[in-house]
Amino acid sequence: MVGTIVIKNGSVYDPLNEVNGEKQDIFIKNGKVVSELSDADMKDAKIIDATGKTVMPGGVDSHSHIAGAKVNAGRMMRPEDGYKATMAKTDIAHSGSGETVPSVYMEGYEYSQMGYTTVFEAAVPPMEARHTHEEMRSIPMLDMGGYLVLGNNWFMMRYLKEGDIEKAAAYVSWMMKTHKTYGIKCVNPAGVENWGWGKNVSSLDEANIHFEVTPREMIEGLTEVNEMLGMPMSMHLHANNLGHPGNFETTKESMKMSSNVKPNQDMGVEWAETKIDASRDQSVYLTHMMFNAFGGTSWRDFESGVKPLTDYINSTDHVVIDSGCVPFGEATCMTGDGPSIHDLSVLTGGKWSNTDVELECGSGVCPFTYLKSNPVHSTQWAMGLECLLLVDDPWKTIMTTDSPNGGPFTKYPLVMTWLMSEKFRDQTFSECHPWANDRSTLGGVDREMSLYDIAILTRANTAKTIGMAHRKGSFGIGADGDVTIYDIDPSKIDTREYSDLINKFGTAEYTIKDGDVVCHNGEITKIADRRTYYTDVSVPDANEKEMLKDVQEWFRYYSHGFNHYPTPESYLKNPTAIKLNTEQ
Amino acid sequence: MAEVILTVNTEIGIKVEADVITPDAFAGKSKSDIESLQVWQGPKQLPLSAFFDVEGDAGSSAEDTSIVIKGETSRVKRIGEKMTAGKITVEGSVSMHVGSQMEGGEILVKGDADSWAGMEMKGGLLHIEGNARDHVGCAYRGKWVGMSGGRIVLGGNANNNLGGGISGGEIIVGGNVGHYCGIRQNGGLIAVKGNAIRAVAAEMTAGTMVVNGTIERFSPGFEYVANESDLKFDDIECPGEFMKFLGDNAITKRPKGSLYVNQAANMDL
Repeated sequence: MVGTIVIKNGSVYDPLNEVNGEKQDIFIKNGKVVSELSDADMKDAKIIDATGKTVMPGGVDSHSHIAGAKVNAGRMMRPEDGYKATMAKTDIAHSGSGETVPSVYMEGYEYSQMGYTTVFEAAVPPMEARHTHEEMRSIPMLDMGGYLVLGNNWFMMRYLKEGDIEKAAAYVSWMMKTHKTYGIKCVNPAGVENWGWGKNVSSLDEANIHFEVTPREMIEGLTEVNEMLGMPMSMHLHANNLGHPGNFETTKESMKMSSNVKPNQDMGVEWAETKIDASRDQSVYLTHMMFNAFGGTSWRDFESGVKPLTDYINSTDHVVIDSGCVPFGEATCMTGDGPSIHDLSVLTGGKWSNTDVELECGSGVCPFTYLKSNPVHSTQWAMGLECLLLVDDPWKTIMTTDSPNGGPFTKYPLVMTWLMSEKFRDQTFSECHPWANDRSTLGGVDREMSLYDIAILTRANTAKTIGMAHRKGSFGIGADGDVTIYDIDPSKIDTREYSDLINKFGTAEYTIKDGDVVCHNGEITKIADRRTYYTDVSVPDANEKEMLKDVQEWFRYYSHGFNHYPTPESYLKNPTAIKLNTEQ
Repeated sequence: MAEVILTVNTEIGIKVEADVITPDAFAGKSKSDIESLQVWQGPKQLPLSAFFDVEGDAGSSAEDTSIVIKGETSRVKRIGEKMTAGKITVEGSVSMHVGSQMEGGEILVKGDADSWAGMEMKGGLLHIEGNARDHVGCAYRGKWVGMSGGRIVLGGNANNNLGGGISGGEIIVGGNVGHYCGIRQNGGLIAVKGNAIRAVAAEMTAGTMVVNGTIERFSPGFEYVANESDLKFDDIECPGEFMKFLGDNAITKRPKGSLYVNQAANMDL
């Protein structure tokens, strides 16, 4: 029977059910986790003996750039990326190439080889949504969704400036349905709009040109709209001044803004059974914190500003962050934050591309190499790990590299191992510039994360934070049958033998999606079916009508017709709507 | 040193990707092991024996292995790619990417080479007795750093972009070069005995370039410093009277790149 499998006797890590390495059997029927299988089912079920192995829910990446216009721009401007990593075709899998910006097929396969089954694209410009969905449709193996970039959207800026929160909410709900996207992303709010005039904003209370709206107004407004609508995830914030020394203060202030906002997740979905409440606790999800945690005033006195931020996060409950770790080596920086990428290209003298997405947002791309010999880069490496290790409660953190900004997602195994092994961190300290130790507090940290923590950082909390824990990130009854089996025996784990861990995190023994083995020891065994999640939210008809009048009037400023704007469902593979406010 | 002789046994149609022809891949292998090494021809993977007759066993290590290639090999690509030690002698001509990214050992090509010879080479010696086409010792498309070590000796002419992005090592050209010789050079040495067309050492930030012949169109970003005669860089001698320029000022305010141009051949400068 397809999608029916038993994983016997593995050491299971399921933090949403408080299972910490206990030996358990996992039963999956028709792609969903069940409590047991009948004798008849057992006859047809595939059985995997996982004795002495680590069993976790399938990996969930809540912030990665793998589809859309800027990823393609990265591919086009980096021909040299292609020959560094290649993958030959097999009977069922496509060929592929690329290290930091792999081809679409290779992205799906590589994530699957690491045990991931779900990945969310972190920035979808509305006008590029069709393009993004077309690419997501071609990425095999992964369930996906995308966050809509709204922090510099003309309609949002106008409504929030006018304080018209009803219309703002109507606009967001209409945009989510129109572009089949999942959550609200806010990138350098109010600043990217200024980039159209070669400028930026440098403080939270600096109004931008023409719209005269401040970053503070945008962040507060979007957060309010987000909770009004009961969105699955909280507002996804890429704070202002990214990449500038001293920006940690802006970041701290930005996080504080939503301290009094109550999270309101209002999804009409069936929830998998979990011991811990799987709905989200936070009202802000700050992304790639490392890039927003720079201390000092210039590159000369640059230092880690992570400590003051983690102190704040430790003292409050309304924030979840992802780290944006730097695993060294090649990266391709790409973000909706156009001005920050321009600054980067000036710094490196390298290749640079940027776009102004009319009326909506902007973006930039710039290849980058993080070197152990470079004082700033090595400090950034330490800071990324500080972001995760200095926060006491792992349920407030998520591990990412902001792929491919800090480094490609294929380097997650390195980051996971640095978190688990002090010896590995010491080894890296000894290879990199002394600034890493002198200008961060990582050297004094002796914390070593457990497999349970890693399961929180890469599965349970990612799913919970983005509102996918109703079906992802746990083995609760009713959850999707997504499983990773690592060839790691928890009873024999030795974090001093870190190279072994890196290899084993890099190639999962089994990746199981919807109850089928899709990847075995790095070999793609089945092309998994995939879904695209989006948010379907409604507001009162009158509000939507009023809002649409505005949209249609301003559409004359767009270079193409209103009827070509929406992304029809036909662009999505297995469109899966998450309905909100179902009681209305 | 154990010698393995490869002799072409067929007319090669679609070009063959033979990156397995290296002392590293051959080391420790017997004749039959070598015959079964896989090469790509278009979408198909075939054993080496489909194209070559193999004679002899390899040595126990790459250092102990010498490969001699006979016959019509001008449609065989990637010979000696990434090799670290040992020796390859090609009695005829080779296709693209001979000695690409090689790290050590020695390759001798008695005929001509196609483009990308010694691309991003890190060490060793690549000696081509005939001509080569574009991108000798260059960075791959889109990459910034080309050859970083080792030596390329070219008996004949090269086409465009020789030594693009070179940051170390030496390229010695017996004949002429095309456009963009040494573009973005940031280290190493390029010595050209013949002529160059234009954009010589354009965007150079460091390193040394010597042109003994005529430069048809001189790059505008170079500043004359002094005359020097009978140049010598380790074992490389360039006799004659040279004008020394520093550049490229179009790229950096304090350029460290030296461009030597034979005075007699460039009287208009």
